[in-house]
Amino acid sequence: MSLADDLTRPVEGDEDTTPYSERGPAPIDVVAGFGFWLFLLSDIVMFSALFAAYAVLADHTAGGPDGLKLFNRGYVLIETMCLLFSSFTCGMCSLAMERRSAGAFHLWALVTILLGGAFLGLEIAEFSRMIAEDAGPTRSAFLSAFFTLVGTHGLHVTLGLLWFVSMMAQVATLGFQPVVMRRLRCLTLFWHALDIVWIGVFTIVYLGARW
Amino acid sequence: MTESSSKGHRTPGKPHSGVLTYLAGLGFAIVLTLASFWAAGTNAIWEPAVPILLAALAIGQMGVHVVFFFHLSSGPGDTNNLLALIFGVFVVGLVVFGSILIMSNLDANMVPMDKLMKMQR
Amino acid sequence: MFGKLTWDAIPFTQPIPMAASLGVILVIGAIIALVLWKGWTRYLWDEWITSVDHKRLGVMYALLALVMLIRGFVDALMMRSQLAIAAGGAQGYLPPEHYNQIFSAHGTIMIFFVAMPFVIGLMNFAVPLQLGIRDVAFPVLNSVSFWLTASGVLLVNLSLVLGSFARTGWLVYPPLSELAYSPDVGVDYYLWAVQISGVGTLLTGINFTTTILKLRAPGMGYGRMPIFCWTALASNLLIVAAFPILTATLAMLLLDRYLGFHFFTTDAGGHAMMYINLIWAWGHPEVYILILPAFGVFSEVIATFSGKPLFGYRSMVAATLAICVLSFMVWLHHFFTMGSGADVNAFFGVMTMIIAVPTGVKVFNWLFTLYGGRVRFATPLLWTLGFMCTFVIGGMTGVLLSIPPADFVLHNSLFLVAHFHNVIIGGVLFGAFAGYIYWFPKAFGFTLDERLGKAAFWCWLVGFYLAFMPLYALGLMGATRRMQHYHETGWQPLMLVAMAGALVILAGIVLIGLQLYVSIRSRTSRLDRTGDPWNGRTLEWSIPSPPPPWNFSVEPRVQGADAYWGMKQAGKEAAAQEPQWQDIHLPRSTPVGVVLAFFATFFGFAMIWHIWWLAIAGLAGLTVTALVHAWRVDSEITVPALQIGEYERRRRNT
Repeated sequence: MSLADDLTRPVEGDEDTTPYSERGPAPIDVVAGFGFWLFLLSDIVMFSALFAAYAVLADHTAGGPDGLKLFNRGYVLIETMCLLFSSFTCGMCSLAMERRSAGAFHLWALVTILLGGAFLGLEIAEFSRMIAEDAGPTRSAFLSAFFTLVGTHGLHVTLGLLWFVSMMAQVATLGFQPVVMRRLRCLTLFWHALDIVWIGVFTIVYLGARW
Repeated sequence: MTESSSKGHRTPGKPHSGVLTYLAGLGFAIVLTLASFWAAGTNAIWEPAVPILLAALAIGQMGVHVVFFFHLSSGPGDTNNLLALIFGVFVVGLVVFGSILIMSNLDANMVPMDKLMKMQR
Repeated sequence: MFGKLTWDAIPFTQPIPMAASLGVILVIGAIIALVLWKGWTRYLWDEWITSVDHKRLGVMYALLALVMLIRGFVDALMMRSQLAIAAGGAQGYLPPEHYNQIFSAHGTIMIFFVAMPFVIGLMNFAVPLQLGIRDVAFPVLNSVSFWLTASGVLLVNLSLVLGSFARTGWLVYPPLSELAYSPDVGVDYYLWAVQISGVGTLLTGINFTTTILKLRAPGMGYGRMPIFCWTALASNLLIVAAFPILTATLAMLLLDRYLGFHFFTTDAGGHAMMYINLIWAWGHPEVYILILPAFGVFSEVIATFSGKPLFGYRSMVAATLAICVLSFMVWLHHFFTMGSGADVNAFFGVMTMIIAVPTGVKVFNWLFTLYGGRVRFATPLLWTLGFMCTFVIGGMTGVLLSIPPADFVLHNSLFLVAHFHNVIIGGVLFGAFAGYIYWFPKAFGFTLDERLGKAAFWCWLVGFYLAFMPLYALGLMGATRRMQHYHETGWQPLMLVAMAGALVILAGIVLIGLQLYVSIRSRTSRLDRTGDPWNGRTLEWSIPSPPPPWNFSVEPRVQGADAYWGMKQAGKEAAAQEPQWQDIHLPRSTPVGVVLAFFATFFGFAMIWHIWWLAIAGLAGLTVTALVHAWRVDSEITVPALQIGEYERRRRNT
């Protein structure tokens, strides 16, 4: 009996009449999932501070280029699609995991990594283009805020990719153990959360640049 | 999984349906994204209405992600998850809109920083 | 090779920091020598450093807080003595350069490394016991949190020996904290210490919110949770929601300082006021993160020592949650004078007044709990009564400051300094001491000396009033905070009274140390054999003192509020029938926390001194440790049923 089983020991009394809050300690899957959910919320609060900084500093261009001049919407649409489809393939990953199908998991994880990598490549190319045009983060407060907000999202994508690689290795070596499954569920949540942040980014930063 | 559902707690991110849910989510997300990009570039809409439309589309798309990818529901097992999300959204709203309100009010009342620095020299 | 780090970093020419750092080095050396000489290394490593037991971590947090309290208090004494003599033309003995570091370090240490670890330590120790469970949701993470906090502590104290600390105040406001005006490493010490310990705090918040919401003994519905758990829940929710703002804000300042960004600089469109706005969006919730658990301690203490259930449990919970939400809507009152218009100032002023209402509800609940109770004036209750008188004064000066026109007069004056010390000492610190004395017998199996405890309390109470009431008056007379000397000689008498108060508080601190020493020496005569020395009401008193590593040999079934009181009333304990013992699974000790903190310290230190190769090495160490930990499968140990039964039989027979 593991700690997980220990925690899931059934409670005396009628299951149906005991209120949820009185059923005793939740199973470890639920505990881990909820903890990670809270982490994601805290991460999004962190992004909210960066969004706030961007919103306040967006017109502080200090005579430098503004968003309308720098951003290319078609380019951003391609980035967005990469991320959206990677969210879908990430979902396929989690379905393969629940089926305990290692082959399908590795395949979909690889596709997700490729799509995420493509997004990241596009972002890096955009950043280097801007820096080459003398529109780097040290040019103005607006560009500092832009690079920090979008860069932090990009950093999260990078970490997510590394996490995917690590999880592929864990599935390959440890198999679909309960602990690996829990981590995978957290990873899929993380990846989907990056999408939500990106919706904020493309709406406020890229599409909002018109005003 | 059966254990957890019988206990009434649920984990966000645990799929309780298959490929179709993700496909539907992807479809909605693509449609809403394209609508956002179209709305931002078009002249067909009355200009001041565009930011509001963009905000509505973004919030809608975030909702799609929460429902179809996070599989968050309003069921009793999801109460904690949902309440935590509501608290998070509340804080995010306060930080973003509070900062914008405070800083714009301040900028309207005060001399801008660069002018202030020039005056001090 | 060593970045900005040269021999010049050691302040050879300044006698005070040199003497202080020499003293610290000697004390640390003596402790290490003692450990090696006594052969305690193995024991410390196995039982404490690698422990993931929430009780052990709670004790270590409290110890860290007490040690840092001394460090922070020495800063306070230096400031008070400087101001006692630096009147008229006199400059005192601390040059401005040094004085500015002292008040910055004092604030930083007292908030981040005394108050925070103390309340987190109390939550660590008490919450799982009160909930009737065997450990927190993520025990390994808990150890990581502690050691990251310790890493931050280490970095702050290193600034004493190598380089200097920030001269900018405890919240390092730009543009002063920008590279242009603070080019040395002081602000970097602050930023990296707070960032690293902040990550630890965030993880604690996630850990405890999850624990309280998802892991409670069967039968413990929300309406039956001890009030300390409710306040801990609110506090940790605030950590989860507020600390990321701090992380992001300090990260922006770091980018400004390290990579030449322009968030808060005076040129290229930077906006320093944005920093002040964001830092207080964290900062105000932070004060409630500190005070809410203290409120919880007081509630438990008052109910226990009145022999009555807490009056108005539901209104107490409602007030706690109202404070939790409202604390996010008042942050502008920290910068009324920054230039917002009357409408915005008025809104936040009114919100600030509203947040005093739930606090008032709590005070009345405590009063009504005492009323008609069989009150025992033990030390924890004395701290609580002292708190109630003191905090009400602090709260009312807070409401006074919430009126924007009044704030324009009092902003950055000693009146403000008196106000926040009034609520933080009179609220948080008194609560921490009440909790320390209240739960000490549970943690170690013997009670603390009451006579010395009471003497310490009276010293603190009298010392507090002597030290801070004059500051209110001085503030109204126009004395500002953070001044190294003053020309107005009329202020000196009150400054001397404040100095005397600080000395009385010093006596209180000495007495707390003495109480601990005397109690340890006489522990055999003050053993707590019942596990319930105060006639308590909550589950932690139902188990032996000190509790076994598994806390509860049998998972408790909760039948109502004040769970253990109900059990005692029902005579459940006397049930002679020996239960069927079962194997218990406990998280295995792991060095991952201390190893991560080791690398984090090197990383932080390297970033402070621009030693890039060491920073990369530190990051690599962090990554490798995390990866190695990810492949750890065997994370539990089993305590066999036989051992549990034996333990319980032995306990019953003694």
